[in-house]
Amino acid sequence: MSHPTHSYDVLIVGAGGAGLRAAIEAAASGVSVGLICKSLLGKAHTVMAEGGMAAAMAHNDDRDSWRVHFADTMRGGQYVNNWRMAEIHAKEAPDRVRELEAWGAVFDRTKDGRINQRNFGGHRYPRLAHVGDRTGLELIRALQDHTIYLGVTVHMEHTVIDLVLDQGRAAGLLAYDRHRGTFQVFKAKAIILATGGVGRAFQVTSNSWEGTGDGHGLAYRAGAELIDMEFVQFHPTGMVWPPSVKGILVTEGVRGEGGILKNNQGRRFMFDDIPDNYKPQTASDPEEGWRYTQGDKSARRPPELLTRDHVARCINREVKAGRGSPHGGVYLDIAWIKEKLSGAEEHIKRKLPSMYHQFKQLADLDITKEAMEVGPTTHYIMGGIRVDGDSQMSTIPGLFAAGECASGINGANRLGGNSLSDLIVFGKRAGEYASAWAKEHPQPHVDEAALAQIEKTALAPFERGSSGENPYKVQEDLQVSMQALVGIVRTESEMKEALQRLVGFNDRAARVGVSGSREYHAGWHTSLDLRNLLTVSEAIALSAIERKESRGGHFREDYPDKVTEFSTINVMVKQSGDSMRVSRVPIPPIPDELKQVIEEQKS
Amino acid sequence: MISEATFKVWRTHPGGDGTLQTFHTKVSEGMVVLDVVHRIQAEQAPDLAVRWNCKAGKCGSCSAEINGNPRLMCMTRLSELNLMEPVTVEPMRTFPPIKDLVTDVSWNFRVKKGIQKFTPRPADAPDGTWRMAQRDVDRVQEFRKCIECFLCQDVCHVLREHNKHEEFIGPRFLVYAAQLEMHPLDTADRIPALKEEKGIGYCNITKCCTKVCPEHIHITDNAIIPLKERVVSRYYDPVTKLLQMFR
Repeated sequence: MSHPTHSYDVLIVGAGGAGLRAAIEAAASGVSVGLICKSLLGKAHTVMAEGGMAAAMAHNDDRDSWRVHFADTMRGGQYVNNWRMAEIHAKEAPDRVRELEAWGAVFDRTKDGRINQRNFGGHRYPRLAHVGDRTGLELIRALQDHTIYLGVTVHMEHTVIDLVLDQGRAAGLLAYDRHRGTFQVFKAKAIILATGGVGRAFQVTSNSWEGTGDGHGLAYRAGAELIDMEFVQFHPTGMVWPPSVKGILVTEGVRGEGGILKNNQGRRFMFDDIPDNYKPQTASDPEEGWRYTQGDKSARRPPELLTRDHVARCINREVKAGRGSPHGGVYLDIAWIKEKLSGAEEHIKRKLPSMYHQFKQLADLDITKEAMEVGPTTHYIMGGIRVDGDSQMSTIPGLFAAGECASGINGANRLGGNSLSDLIVFGKRAGEYASAWAKEHPQPHVDEAALAQIEKTALAPFERGSSGENPYKVQEDLQVSMQALVGIVRTESEMKEALQRLVGFNDRAARVGVSGSREYHAGWHTSLDLRNLLTVSEAIALSAIERKESRGGHFREDYPDKVTEFSTINVMVKQSGDSMRVSRVPIPPIPDELKQVIEEQKS
Repeated sequence: MISEATFKVWRTHPGGDGTLQTFHTKVSEGMVVLDVVHRIQAEQAPDLAVRWNCKAGKCGSCSAEINGNPRLMCMTRLSELNLMEPVTVEPMRTFPPIKDLVTDVSWNFRVKKGIQKFTPRPADAPDGTWRMAQRDVDRVQEFRKCIECFLCQDVCHVLREHNKHEEFIGPRFLVYAAQLEMHPLDTADRIPALKEEKGIGYCNITKCCTKVCPEHIHITDNAIIPLKERVVSRYYDPVTKLLQMFR
């Protein structure tokens, strides 16, 4: 074989927030760094993040500290989080946010000139550093514009097909250049997966096309362990109309700025169902909720800012009970604040500029005057590659993971704002530990026969030609099935049905065919993406069947309550021969010191 | 709204040239041009090449020329177009074609690397942080809204018609430079480079870039003209010249 070959100390797959932050750290340590991304640099799904990044800097409320942030994260995750990651995240996020400013990021300011922080669901104090409602763009641009001067080699519009190991250790991978369709061999001493999420396995999603579970699939096929795959976050507020934009995110920031949820009878239904463990922190009436959103420190938050899993289920319930809006959602109203604020229209446009434009341009709706229609959308997966909390190394030596494709920090449910801070905290750590690993280990051997086998699999759709199955159709049918059978509300019988259908989808995926040249061939790309989508779909369904309780993002109609037996385990899947094996792994006992932090924050 | 429409989509042929291929396709309320391209891809032309990501106007990947106008495909609703006539969808013409609607925009990434990077002043506080007032960051935040769709580069006649890619960085990177120059913390001086190497003088402020910006950045008025003024006062203002002689 004579494919172009690239060799690096540290190779990073994915150029969103985690991948870029890892690249910066690795480059700073003096090793050679390669960065592969499916899109152009700066286009990764991170750009779509809106609300902000959570860090206990205590700029807006000096009662905040890492202890409160840690306890909030654990409570949100229903205590099945990797507590070590939650601890590191809460402690290191403030420094990670501050250094972005040294790299040119321009956050919104407080009156005394510091980084301004906003309220968000599940966070006790205003904690999200933000830039209007385009914080993700600010993060990715700051990292991108810092990275390009560091000598990192960026391979844009390349897709990784499979990893290659050398005696059980990560050694390299085969990728293809999307432009030309040519194969490229990458060798590396350490590999970091930072590939993001899996939203494209579902029909209604806020994820861009890139969210096809690539890192999850690559790691799984290489023999790594995935945990918590049953925990998928359905964000409560996605657009529901017009059909072509269904699923696009409506930031939680709308509720943080005072937006309220109403059903078609005009009832503010979130006050009807407040979970016991959140009651002490939740406003007792609309007036108190409003004061909270306006920064009154004596007020408690409105129920619209309860955790995402809970709000999503409440919306789902209203719609199913026939109290929904005309297009199958509920109403999210920010326009009402004109009763409270003079100049509300300008205030909304300044605080939520991209929401204003999004609705104006895509739905002909002025959010300063009318309520939006919103409904749940597949947003994020808490589950992913099992990693060591400190180093981010997976169960395969030399293979690291960071960001959404890694698992642990979020437990059963992620708090809004904890994702962007996760990316920079653990992206940095992955870069640091991968570089250290690369310095201590020799260049592994990449087996030619393994590469040849991967290439053969990748080209199989062309062998079958256009008489094969249409890859787009298989993808669409899979998305419909996952949405209907493994969605917000789950039951054993439906999920077993989903597994049955997955057998069929796997058969069809093995028959997909495409014709034409390999250059920028979207049909071929979709054929290859299918492998990862099918892997994560099976992992989600199997794990969700295994967890016979309801917790966080995972809600079972047949087991609607939390069960103590499941509070001490994570569900894990791993490849075993040709099949996926599911098991339970115990969560290591939490140290007394951290236990105490959780207890003292419970009041 | 009519239920079927005709789209003429640019298809490249092996060898490099291309033609418009006609597709008849179903359309429904609320659709955007990118939806139509995806539908054609899924039902009629699986190898049709199109670059896209977020489909929400936030990433700037799906830039194209729709009926000759540089637009994001994901933010162009069919209700804005006359569907009684065929709608043409073509790639950005200022950049070399790769395939169908996808062009080679790598020149932009090289240009950015050539601009001196952000260079902050020493921190204001002992904890390594700075203090900035919101009113002082407002104008920089306008420039930082840029999603790098490169539509401004596509429409700029200095690049499009005169091919001055080696001598002129284009509106996108004048915005990038303005953002750095006006950043309250930045200490570097990019004015000589803007005059000598980056070709700011080529811009004759026809505002074509401003008109196509999907983020509504006032590229000409707020970024380019102030930079031009800085160049003028540095190099051509008689009072400044006189002062420089005595320095």
